[in-house]
Amino acid sequence: MSCCAAGSEAALDLERSAALLPSSEEIRLASRDLGEGLFQVDFSVPGVHCGTCITSIETALKRVPAVERARVNLSTRRVGVVWRAKRPAEGPLIDADAGPVFEDTGLDPVELARAIASTGYSCHLFTPQDAASDLLLKQLIRAVAVSGFAAANIMLLSVSVWSGADASTRDLFHWISALIAAPALIYGGRFFYQSAWAVLRHGRSNMDVPIAIGITLSYFSSLWETIHHGEHAYFDATASLLFFLLIGRALDHMMRDRARSAISGLARLNPRGATVVGADGSRDYRLVDDIKIGEIVAISAGERIALDGVVVDGASDLDVSIVNGESAPRTVGPGDTVQAGTLSLTGSLTVRATAQARDSFLSEIIRLMEAAEGGKARYRRIADRAAQLYAPVVHLLALSSFIVWGLYDGDWKHALMVAIAVLIITCPCALGLAVPVVQVVAAGKLFQRGIMVKDGSAMERLALIDAIAFDKTGTLTLGRPVPVDIGKVNPDMVAIAAGLAAHSRHPLSQSLWRAATGNLLRGPVRSIAGVKEIPGSGVEAEAPEGRYRLGNRRFALGLNASEADGPALSEVLLSLNGYGLACFRFEDSLRPGAEAVIADLRGEGLRLAVLSGDRSPVVSALAARLGIEEQQAELSPADKARFCASEQQAGRHLLMVGDGINDAPALSAAYVSMAPATAADVGRQAADFVFMHDGLDAVPFAIDVSKKAGQLIRENFALAIGYNVFAVPVALLGYATPLIAAVAMSTSSLIVVANALRLNGASGLVRRKGKGAVPPVVLRDVPGLAI
Amino acid sequence: MNMLVYLIPIALLMGGIGLAAFLWSLKSGQYDDMDGAAWRVITDDDDHPSS
Repeated sequence: MSCCAAGSEAALDLERSAALLPSSEEIRLASRDLGEGLFQVDFSVPGVHCGTCITSIETALKRVPAVERARVNLSTRRVGVVWRAKRPAEGPLIDADAGPVFEDTGLDPVELARAIASTGYSCHLFTPQDAASDLLLKQLIRAVAVSGFAAANIMLLSVSVWSGADASTRDLFHWISALIAAPALIYGGRFFYQSAWAVLRHGRSNMDVPIAIGITLSYFSSLWETIHHGEHAYFDATASLLFFLLIGRALDHMMRDRARSAISGLARLNPRGATVVGADGSRDYRLVDDIKIGEIVAISAGERIALDGVVVDGASDLDVSIVNGESAPRTVGPGDTVQAGTLSLTGSLTVRATAQARDSFLSEIIRLMEAAEGGKARYRRIADRAAQLYAPVVHLLALSSFIVWGLYDGDWKHALMVAIAVLIITCPCALGLAVPVVQVVAAGKLFQRGIMVKDGSAMERLALIDAIAFDKTGTLTLGRPVPVDIGKVNPDMVAIAAGLAAHSRHPLSQSLWRAATGNLLRGPVRSIAGVKEIPGSGVEAEAPEGRYRLGNRRFALGLNASEADGPALSEVLLSLNGYGLACFRFEDSLRPGAEAVIADLRGEGLRLAVLSGDRSPVVSALAARLGIEEQQAELSPADKARFCASEQQAGRHLLMVGDGINDAPALSAAYVSMAPATAADVGRQAADFVFMHDGLDAVPFAIDVSKKAGQLIRENFALAIGYNVFAVPVALLGYATPLIAAVAMSTSSLIVVANALRLNGASGLVRRKGKGAVPPVVLRDVPGLAI
Repeated sequence: MNMLVYLIPIALLMGGIGLAAFLWSLKSGQYDDMDGAAWRVITDDDDHPSS
């Protein structure tokens, strides 16, 4: 059977999640016109992970009549759907001059999203934004292929030269080699030339400068040798250098690219538009950027509020987790202010816009993030730091060997050849591979465990951390209230309460329903019709035996007293005709394994802290339970960012783990950051690592792998430099031949790669305890906001 | 020596065919979904476009 858990739970969730699907207008805006009435749209479906997932999604989509093609890409977790919006009209309508007339097929594109959702997978619109980066990778792979072809053929010719070809054959082979190498040098070398030129213009140097000089000099000196019938032609060295270096470059690029596409594809569900109600009552769906201050926007239950505003009419419970990171909903009515990005859960609202989209709360957060971009930008990658030392040393060495040899035997041509040989031998082939190979292997290892890395330098930084700051809700806890002691409540009452709760979008109701039907109880749910939702209070329904109510104490018991509800996220009562039947208490649950992970991390001597926007007693209770001493409560997003920045200034390396939009500035300000996949979109964009599974053990695992990778990178540097220590004296003494250069270069590259692969077999990494199977990626159905 | 006149072009041509085949396969999207292709082999439904 399939490993996919989708299906069972999805049946009832479907009704609810329908409102979270992208709207047909959004899909229309995101789809590409392929011509002839065909449109293509890409959905990101983070939950697919096996063959059965592919089949069920594709079958569901192909059942929609207008769908022409649907293909799931498992590597990128995306579905590309080609659908026919218009078809040529048949019969007498066709006019030979005007071409075929198209008529609408009448497909509402939201059907596509609904078809995917019907299989139980959450889907988000995917907007391709990194087309340029994809293109660069394609170009790099093509360059690898071309230089690989050149290297193989030149090597073939070189081997026969080395094994003793006569002079005329040798010359012929050299000429052929020169002809093959020239286009490869231009086609494959352009990446290094461009990069080297870019830094040289600014008076700096990177690893590409010695590379560019090395490959150019080796080619032209060999050409010169060939013209003068010499035997020291390094064409093979040129081509194989290019080949190995391009592999390193392509790997480096691929690693950054893969994680980025997976992350950015998860959700871009910020409402792109909203329904504007005109003065005459007309309704008009417009892009958010076109909505002006003072206009009235209608928001139905289950929709996100697109702009900051004041409620004019209606009442609802708002999911404001995006603003303060807490999951307790806020009840709003006329006159209350609402913030862009919050989700209306239970009722519909009309809101008068008080700010334009670009001035909204969300944009404020984005400005904070941009201001906070500090520690990461200042970090210089290991490879660049190595290049800073390596390039001048190599160039000085070559220059001094030229001068010394010239003065020693007066043969300046020979001195030049020696200098060139030194440059070729020291060309940082293994160095160029040393870092990217290790990082690709490490990223692959993390990816298997559901951790995505945005770029290689993040792993280098993670290996250096000495303190970790956690956000509370959504990071240490799951951010989902869970009913406690539900097993002790009379099962009949649970059945009724679950039946009522199924009709509500309120987080407590959803959690109650999930707990009642979930694995633990698997109890029967009484289906109740005619359920009415009263925003800010609860749900009620008429049944033969009377009026059932499920909601807060005041509502359920029909009290008039405006007694305090206590902590917002605490209890739900079930009542019959105002008589209390059952009480369900809720608590936010810790992430699985949080206690063990925290103890682990403390054992490694890391300083731990909790940063939360929540009230102080709640935070101290949690911190005490986990044994974290340092804690700060009631922090604003800016406070959190300031904390990270001050750590940075104190010279400490802080890892920030957080999920909410309110954490996003802190995530960018911290030295390195991690976010769960349930995080808001902005949070995911700001974080360096994103982990997909529920457990917090991703944190020590990522630290562990990063440290191992750092170790391997240092080993690889040692190997590459050790090779130079051995080979450079040979070149300096003038004994380097093309054969020695080729053999030394290839073996050093292979050794570096082999060493990197050791990470795959590395033992002693934290293993997941107890559980054999990794659960499928669980994503909260809360859409994020796009930057 | 005369043999080389034939053999070298033949070797280069064969290598060139390999290169062209690789570039073609890259362009036609054969490497776009490595994980999915592995699963598609073992799903038993008819994956062909209806003919």
